[in-house]
Amino acid sequence: MSNWVSEHDIDPWQLIARQQSELNQAGQFGATATFIGTMRDFSDRKGLSKMMLEHYPAMTEQYLQKLEQLAREQWPLLDCLIVHRVGEIYPGDAIVVIACWSAHRRAALDACNWLIEELKYRAPFWKQEFGPEGARWVEENTDGHSQGKKS
Amino acid sequence: MSIQVKFFASLRDKIGKSEVELSSVETTGEAWDQATDNAPRPNNVLVAINLEYARFDDPVEDGDEVAFFPPVTGG
Repeated sequence: MSNWVSEHDIDPWQLIARQQSELNQAGQFGATATFIGTMRDFSDRKGLSKMMLEHYPAMTEQYLQKLEQLAREQWPLLDCLIVHRVGEIYPGDAIVVIACWSAHRRAALDACNWLIEELKYRAPFWKQEFGPEGARWVEENTDGHSQGKKS
Repeated sequence: MSIQVKFFASLRDKIGKSEVELSSVETTGEAWDQATDNAPRPNNVLVAINLEYARFDDPVEDGDEVAFFPPVTGG
């Protein structure tokens, strides 16, 4: 199981490379699907300077654990990585990285897509944006598959 | 009897407190009413009991941790 919340900067490419190297199953996996969420300097407002990402300690970690477990039950994954930032984040910083390894592409792609949608829908994280007009809580995420709508 | 109630994110700012200890409640709905001095409950508020999503008529027991928070916005 590889999922955690990070209070410090993350380098998604380094995390993915390290996880794959530790997987140590060259010849077994034929597909790696990844999702990296990065902070933009705009939302419906321009000129965002930073973001504060809050979480519910213990519940969030437990929820990420459950997501990984459910993904592994639904798809034949060789490995799975979920890392999410909390704290102060700046435009260009990675917010979340998800990677799935499987023998064939469909499992890795579908699991990766399902994981990010579920995470955005239910994992207890909250964003507060800072822009020229001050601080503002982001009220809701864009619709994803869990609401039955196109993201 | 002791129930720990927590508020997160914009809801904490709105209610003006992050944590409250209650002595006697039977459901999460009652916990909201007591912890917020009967503040109106926004209809998108989410609730958890002991780190698991719950509903507003779910029973609460001694020692439980109840959390209220707005829609999540991670990812």
